Amino acid sequence: MSIVTLLAGWEAVGRLAGNRLFPAASTVIVAMWREATDGPLLESLAITSARVAAAFCLSMVLGTALGLSMGNWRKLDAVFDSWLTGLLNLPALVTIILVYIWLGLTETAIIIAVAINKLPATAVIVREGARGIDRDLMDMARSFHVGRWATLRHVFLPQLNPYLIAASRSGLALIWKIVLVAEILGRGSGVGFEIELCFQRFDVTRIMAYSLAFILVIQLIEWGALQPLERLTARGRK
Amino acid sequence: MGPHTILSVAIEEKSFPARHGQAAFPVLQEIRFTLADQEILAIVGPSGCGKTTLLKLIGGLDTDFSGSIAWSRGATPRIGTVFQEPRLLPWRTVRQNIELVVPNGSNGVALEDLLRTLGLWRFRDAYPATLSLGMARRVAIARAFAIAPEILLLDEPFVSLDRALAERSRGVLLTAWRQRRTAALLVTHDLTEAVSLADRILMLSGPPAGIAVTIAVPKSVRRTGGEAAAAFAAELRRMAPPATDQSISH
Repeated sequence: MSIVTLLAGWEAVGRLAGNRLFPAASTVIVAMWREATDGPLLESLAITSARVAAAFCLSMVLGTALGLSMGNWRKLDAVFDSWLTGLLNLPALVTIILVYIWLGLTETAIIIAVAINKLPATAVIVREGARGIDRDLMDMARSFHVGRWATLRHVFLPQLNPYLIAASRSGLALIWKIVLVAEILGRGSGVGFEIELCFQRFDVTRIMAYSLAFILVIQLIEWGALQPLERLTARGRK
Repeated sequence: MGPHTILSVAIEEKSFPARHGQAAFPVLQEIRFTLADQEILAIVGPSGCGKTTLLKLIGGLDTDFSGSIAWSRGATPRIGTVFQEPRLLPWRTVRQNIELVVPNGSNGVALEDLLRTLGLWRFRDAYPATLSLGMARRVAIARAFAIAPEILLLDEPFVSLDRALAERSRGVLLTAWRQRRTAALLVTHDLTEAVSLADRILMLSGPPAGIAVTIAVPKSVRRTGGEAAAAFAAELRRMAPPATDQSISH
């Protein structure tokens, strides 16, 4: 429903403006279709999606490990807490440029640079989750000799799940934006690179078409993966 | 140890360590007793006197104390614990909560039988949040029985239920217990509850908690519940030391 009103509003404003620097929704959608069938849109989307996926997985795995460790062990938390604050406040642009300088303009560099940007936020969210784990339920599992794997699956993860989903959701949104910046700065392919080309030609329609295509991809992930996961977590909650 | 003794407890001292500038303080001192097979032993003392700590030591959840807790068969037996709060997983149904603790998958027939005995069969697929506290407590009891325990540890299993419901729940517990007799340690602040369920009662004094007196519940009163239990409990209250009496009578 909200999508319909958004599109209608956009269409109306675009028509009223009548300016090629603010194209109407229909113009953008047509351009998107043309780029998909006849241009490099699908290929760029695939390349960028792969980078997003790699950086996302890397940052989630490392961030979750770090967050769990810091939530469980006070000493580790004391050691790394200021690191996290530092990383959290380091501008994405600085990380990207530094990693490009150190590792060169490579595929590995872009993935690492983006992952470093997302990692501290994941660690902070997961740390909260680890701190909130119900010790009484863990004691219950221990007293009944529930095995390690079963405890992880039935007792621990369901408690951590809301935090993992929150980290995934905010992570996905953040990562694809940073990937675009990194692509503009140092890669000759991907959605970011295409947008950079359009920028040089002031081709707002295509800039919007590429952005819209990627938003659609993220929305599909939201519907296809995150929301089902969330429903799984919500079981038993009033 | 006697021939039927399954557990010998000889705790010299249990203290909570110094923390945040507070000095270390002793919680339990000189607690010695034995538990026979199929015996129900009640441990009675005021709230906050260290009864739950005692159960944690016996259940092996806390090993930081001086003294010994010895099981007659050597290794720690299968222990079914009913905690003060039901401690059910909110994201699992009643049946799943119970199946989680049963090793090697559950025996469906035995589980159905147990759930019917405890009046839980129609709630088997419900999530804990939809149950009343009384029902959730029953699920916790079913879970403890489901592992065919050699000993039950019951930590105030019916606290904060109203009197009638508590009495009915005790009846349900006894029905289940009569079908699957095990030794049991019952911790409670309620003398009537202790008298209604136990063979023997240990009264704790303190702090630090130590055993003030041991009472055998006479056969004529044992596990009858109702008026007889209430009368015997009242009699015990009159005998009990004033400090304990005050704390118990609330």
